[in-house]
Amino acid sequence: MGELSRMWRESPNRYRLLGKKCGNCNRIYFPSRDVCPVCHRESIGKMEDYELSGNGEIYSFTTVHEAPPAFSRQKPYVLALIKLDEGPMVTGQIVDIVKDEVEEGKRVRKVFRKIAEDGKSGIIYYGYKFVLA
Amino acid sequence: MLSENVYIIGAGEAKYGELWDRSLRDIAVEAGLKAVENAGIRTRDLGAIYMGNSLGGGISMQEHLSALMSDHAGIASEYIPSMRIEASTASGGAAIREGFLAIKSGEYDIVMVGGAEKMTELYGSENIDITSSILDREWEAFEGATPAALAALSSRKYMKDFNVPKEILSKISVNDHMNANLNENAHFRNKITVEQAMKATLIAEPLNLMDCAPLSDGASSIVLASEEYVKKNSIEGVRIVSSAMSQGPFALHSRESVYTVEPTKLAARKALKDANMKNSDISFVEIHDSYNIYGLMALEDLGFAEKGKGKELVEEGIGLNDRLPVNPSGGLKAKGFPFGATGVGQAVEAYLQLKGKANKRQIKDAKRAMIHNMAGSGVASVVHILEVE
Amino acid sequence: MEKSGIVSYGSYIPKYRIKPDEIARIWGEDPENIKSGIYILSKSVPSPDEDVATISVEAARTALKRGGIKGEKIEAMYIGSESHPYAVKPTTTIVSSAIGAKFNMFSADYEFACKAGTAGMQNVLAMVKAGMIKTGMAIGADTSQGAPGDVLEYSASAGGTAMIIGSENVAAEIKSTLSVTSDTPDFWRREGQPYPTHGERFTGEPAYFKHVVSAGKALMERMNTKPEDYDYAVFHQPNGKFPTRAAKLLGFEEKQYNEGLLTPVIGNTYSAAMMVGLSAILDVAKDGDKILAVSFGSGAGSDAFHIEVTSEIENLHKRGAVTVREMLKDTIFLDYGMYAKFKKKLIVGENVE
Repeated sequence: MGELSRMWRESPNRYRLLGKKCGNCNRIYFPSRDVCPVCHRESIGKMEDYELSGNGEIYSFTTVHEAPPAFSRQKPYVLALIKLDEGPMVTGQIVDIVKDEVEEGKRVRKVFRKIAEDGKSGIIYYGYKFVLA
Repeated sequence: MLSENVYIIGAGEAKYGELWDRSLRDIAVEAGLKAVENAGIRTRDLGAIYMGNSLGGGISMQEHLSALMSDHAGIASEYIPSMRIEASTASGGAAIREGFLAIKSGEYDIVMVGGAEKMTELYGSENIDITSSILDREWEAFEGATPAALAALSSRKYMKDFNVPKEILSKISVNDHMNANLNENAHFRNKITVEQAMKATLIAEPLNLMDCAPLSDGASSIVLASEEYVKKNSIEGVRIVSSAMSQGPFALHSRESVYTVEPTKLAARKALKDANMKNSDISFVEIHDSYNIYGLMALEDLGFAEKGKGKELVEEGIGLNDRLPVNPSGGLKAKGFPFGATGVGQAVEAYLQLKGKANKRQIKDAKRAMIHNMAGSGVASVVHILEVE
Repeated sequence: MEKSGIVSYGSYIPKYRIKPDEIARIWGEDPENIKSGIYILSKSVPSPDEDVATISVEAARTALKRGGIKGEKIEAMYIGSESHPYAVKPTTTIVSSAIGAKFNMFSADYEFACKAGTAGMQNVLAMVKAGMIKTGMAIGADTSQGAPGDVLEYSASAGGTAMIIGSENVAAEIKSTLSVTSDTPDFWRREGQPYPTHGERFTGEPAYFKHVVSAGKALMERMNTKPEDYDYAVFHQPNGKFPTRAAKLLGFEEKQYNEGLLTPVIGNTYSAAMMVGLSAILDVAKDGDKILAVSFGSGAGSDAFHIEVTSEIENLHKRGAVTVREMLKDTIFLDYGMYAKFKKKLIVGENVE
């Protein structure tokens, strides 16, 4: 326990891939930022919520064999850098795949999945993962 | 009074490895006292203590390691200011830089810079959880990223874009083991072959166990002194010619490139410029190869090879007798990888080499060293250039 | 009076499958008996990272996409399931957040064995008709459990369907609905028990058939319709045999019930079972088609619906959201070992999870 507010705070962003769009330069960011790294001061107060489509392509990927406890039951799992169509790159798992199916450049879309859970009696953490489109 | 130059006047180290019977404070104290003895000073001479430590809170549930070490070294009664410096796996390099700046400012004549990490207190997959805390917890680690997984993402892209075979990465690990074989303080002193390195257990594809630095306990310490102190006491120290640090985007997914570490490039460029040196002036280099791909990337980002051409350097040879010896200590792969101690350990090696005290692994005519300590997947880098006159 | 009914719909079936042959291999049974006895050829299996919340979100997103509707338009949400991820903490809270619904929303989780999803449909419909809301969502979803070695292990599967119900752009008008309820102990799960218990053959006549047939008959009487007036009929489908028999008892023919009969390939999706069948029918339905839909929940009760498809259905088809049959094409088959791991039937150490 003890991770309630930390997880809760980000849950809308994780559930919906909510990022930010800079009102000054129109660049889109995920995860959410309060300041645009390009426009700096000009962007303050102009960063608007922006829901990303979750569509993108695989930039690089790895099959993870040595995993932290939260992911032990799922190992080996595929972790990838996904270049989203709106621009941002995100780190996420690619699921529901068979061996050797994942390749750089393949299209993916987001899905809503359980990421981890706080033991048997704690909170369940949900978020985005990706499947081949 | 501002000090023109800063010198390392002593170094000490606790053996790197799985030190089951030693605690975090034990190894930190051992390295510190050895350095003080080696420098020929008294602990009470220290103006300040800077301690690099990354995961003491997460692993040993112990923060403020600098104060703990100082007390257990028996010098609490001296009331010397101390602090822990944390910059993930670059904590050691960052601590050296803080010590360097403190001497340079004229505030102190002598400071101790230590680094200590106790990596083996936890076992199993819990370790992966804790070491993943050096990543972006919410947007990398939460999704299942581990330090090895991020290195693997960089590896796959690098190998594909530059058509680099896996053997090149393995050769960096083989070189580390070759050198560690001659280092009594190294964690893994066994020599390995490229074949062995290629066939090890998979960690995060394409990386296997032999591509990844181990979890090592370890502590290293150096004593820094001002020019005035060195002259007054006729000490022949190793001069820290330049110190540079740079930090960029935190998460790998936020970076322009997954295989160019901009902070390494910038820190190296500044360190060379401040030292008025070229890459060819460097006798040997200690690079941060927590994963061998990072070693290859570092050789390029530090300026020893063009981007994508690091393989040529590796193929030419990076051994103790080659044009550019790499990681004479055994590097992170074989000397060991106690996170926050690593950078200080590199300085210890550079000190020994430049003083001609590196025994069997002594590099001939070693005059100038570059040491490179990197945070995580390339969040930040610290580069120091050291020279012996 | 203006039409009210299904404005859009969406289903989600996990990609993984297991065949009865594989389960029978472990328990030393004859798979042919299973295939012919309960007519199950394969069943869906949730991935370890799937549960009723994730299945509901996927189904809800498909429904929103198909309807061209934003999540913020959903004013009420009811999710029926007997495998909600939390005993206490509603699945609707997670799903509504994931689709971006507003803070001002009616919602609750429902449980009535396999008919809690259709009970939600009735509730949302009533709210629409009463003018309390314009648009609401009812979801039936389950990741049902069958005890290892029990006959339920061959059929208990996972899936979900979301129905968006409103009075604007109605694609399938719900002309009438009724329910029957009785105290019948055919199937139950006590609090804290991991697997349900069932009355074996008792689950047939006095439970499933009595309720499904009575509700179907009563609704046809109320609507003054005969079986031949319907283009499609769909029933709760705990296995491949029961719905076929119920259909025949009510006077329906194979061409009417085939389109909505999915249990033989995906297994029993419990709260989703009839709704997935209805969803598959709506995937192919045309303007003017009439559908009789009857769910069943153990314990026991049935909800019956008389549905008439409108021309709006074409707009839904045009938006290209994934259909049930498209989902059935893309599968990965598991062996029992992987199935046991996925379903958490293996006891693992504290360090795992």
